[in-house]
Amino acid sequence: MSGNILIRAENVRKSFSGKEVLKGIDLEIRKGEVVVIIGPSGSGKSTFLRCLNLLEVPTGGHIYFKDVDITDKNVDIDLHRQKMGMVFQHFNLFPHMDILRNMTIGPEKLLKQTAEEAEKYAMELLERVGLADRAHAYPSQLSGGQKQRIAIVRALCMRPEVMLFDEPTSALDPEMVGEVLQVMRDLARERMTMVVVTHEMGFAREVADRVVFLDEGILMEQNAPEEFFGNPCNERLKSFLGKVL
Amino acid sequence: MGNFQERFYLNFIKDDRWMYMWDGLKITLEVTLFATLLGIVLGFLVAIIRSTYDRTGKMKIMNALCQIYLTVIRGTPAVVQLLIMYFVIFGSVKGVSKILVAVLAFGINSGAYVAEICRAGIMSIDIGQMEAGRSIGFSYTQTMWYIILPQAFKNVLPALGNEFIVLLKETSISGYIALQDLTKGGDIIRSRTYDAFMPLIGVAFVYLVLVLGFTKLVSMLERRLNQSER
Repeated sequence: MSGNILIRAENVRKSFSGKEVLKGIDLEIRKGEVVVIIGPSGSGKSTFLRCLNLLEVPTGGHIYFKDVDITDKNVDIDLHRQKMGMVFQHFNLFPHMDILRNMTIGPEKLLKQTAEEAEKYAMELLERVGLADRAHAYPSQLSGGQKQRIAIVRALCMRPEVMLFDEPTSALDPEMVGEVLQVMRDLARERMTMVVVTHEMGFAREVADRVVFLDEGILMEQNAPEEFFGNPCNERLKSFLGKVL
Repeated sequence: MGNFQERFYLNFIKDDRWMYMWDGLKITLEVTLFATLLGIVLGFLVAIIRSTYDRTGKMKIMNALCQIYLTVIRGTPAVVQLLIMYFVIFGSVKGVSKILVAVLAFGINSGAYVAEICRAGIMSIDIGQMEAGRSIGFSYTQTMWYIILPQAFKNVLPALGNEFIVLLKETSISGYIALQDLTKGGDIIRSRTYDAFMPLIGVAFVYLVLVLGFTKLVSMLERRLNQSER
């Protein structure tokens, strides 16, 4: 691996029916780093994140994960996705399975763990996020905050090397945002590599190692949070921060 | 024409005439059962091909073939399809089983309707479910199998049950190829006794009981599937 770079996006472009949403983005994510991506809605930040695990296939450029070009058509993307956990805005838990099954189906079917192994680790994780007592509940019985915490530990069950968060708190009632951010904060403390698209500026300032500003499909500025928020250079970033802070 | 009891005796008891209906019922159920199975398998495959095409743009040629199948089957009467199956496709086959012909004709017919029901079911599942499955590392097929189809099946169960009922009643045209199903059985009785009322009402009654029983079964199954989620 070149240095300790886990993901390298190289000139990533994406168009939807002729409209270019990403106009050539370069970004490197190092192991153990927390990168927060912010930007106005429609800036392409979610699209970019979804390109990282190829949920959106870029129309141009390359994504390297551990030095493997995963945009190459001959690469088995399913294998690489196992190592890239993803958390969605709308949780996307499987409603026909209980919480434990939501968490164990991946490890059992893909990592070939036994039911005992998978359940043991799942229960450990549930314990950590304080939801062990809901192991046999169904997603419809949980609050939004609980669902999102489950979605996070479901992804962790696969023992990923990086976690991608796509606006994880945007669909939550305000009083539930805190509990989800707390889980993410703990994760960052354990040096999990994280790429987070969010509108939570407080979280970005406090947890991020690096903050990235995307606007109109272009990476406008990236910096450590103190510099980024304290001394922004880009004019668009200045006006964006002026509006949201 | 005598009183009810006499007519009942004449049409059903005398010379064991009820046996015509009983034997016919067995054939009706046999044809319905196997045609349903065939229809579900066919419909299922077509639905998967069509929704894969809708969602990913893959399987273009297969999708086109499925389109033709759906158009032809849904655009022509079942009784014509049955006749074509017997007199054209199997026309030169001596001693072909009429039950087999009926199962094929009704199964292929039902498959077209099941396909559209299943496709609607698959498309009704939020795209986020597919994304969540894929993001864990499941392949498209695995995500379909473990995540999308179980949910889709639950959603379409009432419609599938309805399709089964439609098929059960549709088999009453089996007489067109001289297959002695329930309806034909009643017809034979009529030709023996010159009484239309008793055998026809009898046949109608048996269909009704079958449909009611089956409706009950489906709603029980539905309730059980829903329990697992509450």
